[in-house]
Amino acid sequence: MTRYPYLNEGLSMGVKDIVEDEELTFAEKMLSIKQVEGGEAKRAGEIVVVSVDLAAGQDGTSPLAIKVFREMGGDKVWDPSKVLLVIDHTYPSSSPQISNLHSLMRGFCREQGVRLVEGSIIHQVILEDYASPGMLIVGADSHTTTHGAVGAFATGIGSTELAAVWLEGNIWLKVPSTIRVNLSGNLPKGVYAKDIALYFVGHVGADGANYMSVEWRGETIKELSIASRATLCNMSMEAGAKNAVVEYDQVTEEYLRSVGRGPLMIVRSGFKASVEREIEVDCSKLEPMVAAPSRVDNVKPVTELEGTPIDQAFIGSCTNGRLEDLEVAAKILRGRKVKEGVRLIVTPASRRVYLEALRSGILETLIEAGATVTNPTCGACVGTHLGILGEGEVAISSSNRNFVGRMGHPSSKVYLASPATVAASAIKGVISDPRCFL
Amino acid sequence: MKYRIRGRVWKFGDDIDTDVIIPYKYKARTLDPKELAQHVMEGIDPDFSKKVKPGDVIVAGKNFGCGSSREQAPIAIKAAGISAVIAESFARIFFRNSINIGLPVLEVKGVSKLVDEGDEVEIDLAEGVIVDLTKGLTLKATPLPPKIREILEVGGLVNYLKKVRASHRS
Repeated sequence: MTRYPYLNEGLSMGVKDIVEDEELTFAEKMLSIKQVEGGEAKRAGEIVVVSVDLAAGQDGTSPLAIKVFREMGGDKVWDPSKVLLVIDHTYPSSSPQISNLHSLMRGFCREQGVRLVEGSIIHQVILEDYASPGMLIVGADSHTTTHGAVGAFATGIGSTELAAVWLEGNIWLKVPSTIRVNLSGNLPKGVYAKDIALYFVGHVGADGANYMSVEWRGETIKELSIASRATLCNMSMEAGAKNAVVEYDQVTEEYLRSVGRGPLMIVRSGFKASVEREIEVDCSKLEPMVAAPSRVDNVKPVTELEGTPIDQAFIGSCTNGRLEDLEVAAKILRGRKVKEGVRLIVTPASRRVYLEALRSGILETLIEAGATVTNPTCGACVGTHLGILGEGEVAISSSNRNFVGRMGHPSSKVYLASPATVAASAIKGVISDPRCFL
Repeated sequence: MKYRIRGRVWKFGDDIDTDVIIPYKYKARTLDPKELAQHVMEGIDPDFSKKVKPGDVIVAGKNFGCGSSREQAPIAIKAAGISAVIAESFARIFFRNSINIGLPVLEVKGVSKLVDEGDEVEIDLAEGVIVDLTKGLTLKATPLPPKIREILEVGGLVNYLKKVRASHRS
């Protein structure tokens, strides 16, 4: 099965045996290989202590981790090159209190010799600069699952755990059981990775993959870009997933070459591995999907919600703020106008995405159509700044959560959809099917 | 950590997410547990923090604490005086965070149907047994793996690591 055997040359015998064991899932292999004390293959349900290749935190979680790190008697992080801090959730700061917490992060990074990135979304930074197949990534942010898009084992943790990883370089994890999603068929016009992800969350429910490893597979996957795969892995978290993964293939190889990185190790799920659940999705039958308030699993085809008036349309976030997302929005908005009274907010996921969208004329198209383009930040998605909803207001958003009060006032409402559906809705001022603009 | 807890029950439903437990706008600006506690559960019941008495217990349905990784969610619950959360099931990061900050979390199948708001419950953490004193019911929690119990027993991950590191030095 190993199509690229040369990449795994030089692995120790024990590791090689685990990598090539066809009876183990991706998660079982990864967590077995990364065990601090080495040892045999571990199965779903067992607890392992694993070493971490990258420990990342953002401004909503890192200040607390720094405080806890001190309480633990922490002096130096175990390996500064494996630690990343990102200021993204409220960037630039919107209040003196938040500024103080950002200062705490800057001071910590200076003192520890740790890289600090300001003004790009953490998961886009990791995708662009770090994530590689065979890496074990922990992030104090639930959407760390995103990095399975390039074949890493990546999972979200809390602040105290992040501090403990800074101290020790390892973490205990329960080996998750696996849910396989087999995608078949070509995606119809107007249907994107986000629609597959919403369909999945709606199908299994908000806890349908709780504690589990989601393996995205099938012929349709091969046609999806790394950005689209990132959307699938990112949204897997909304079903509770511990991690999500897309197997290494040609697309991964090309992506890694384009960002100047090679894989550490290629790990594939064994074909004889036992999984807890398998789901078949015929993508050719999917329609554009929308998660209605206030549950991520309250998913319906857009046709059932068409005509619902909106006040705000948001395109951005770690789920759908990448170049291909802005590109599809620009395609729909080119030569058209955002409905009067509706605000369309576009937030590129990173500086790199921002620059590429600027240079390729995408931002110009969006601004001409009436969009407000903000700096890269988590702002609107997490309800801190740059697009807060007022009392009773309604938004359609390309982000990941529509919980009560997520994007502003507790009485506001959020519908989740693909960037295409958000763009189409911005034009009409009501929830709209993007297929009529394509 | 106290091994016996006695308190009054506050009931919540399924899929209680961390955004309603503590909205981002509050947690973004402070690390002070007391300030966080003033807004706990605000998304569901704006007066919750005023009504809670020290020692009270939350009983909820499935997937309690889903959503964001914010540790401020269990911190706000603990700082508000809640002594334990009992639920049908927990979202994984919330569960880990609670153990790590020393907030007892107990998974009890059927609890959301058997226990009502206002019931008086007594919890034996060492045994994982919950007694509903109002109804005279005894319920059993899913046992925690030994390593995780050890972390909870010393009051969280900070104390646990201090202990482990001290034993390495000696």
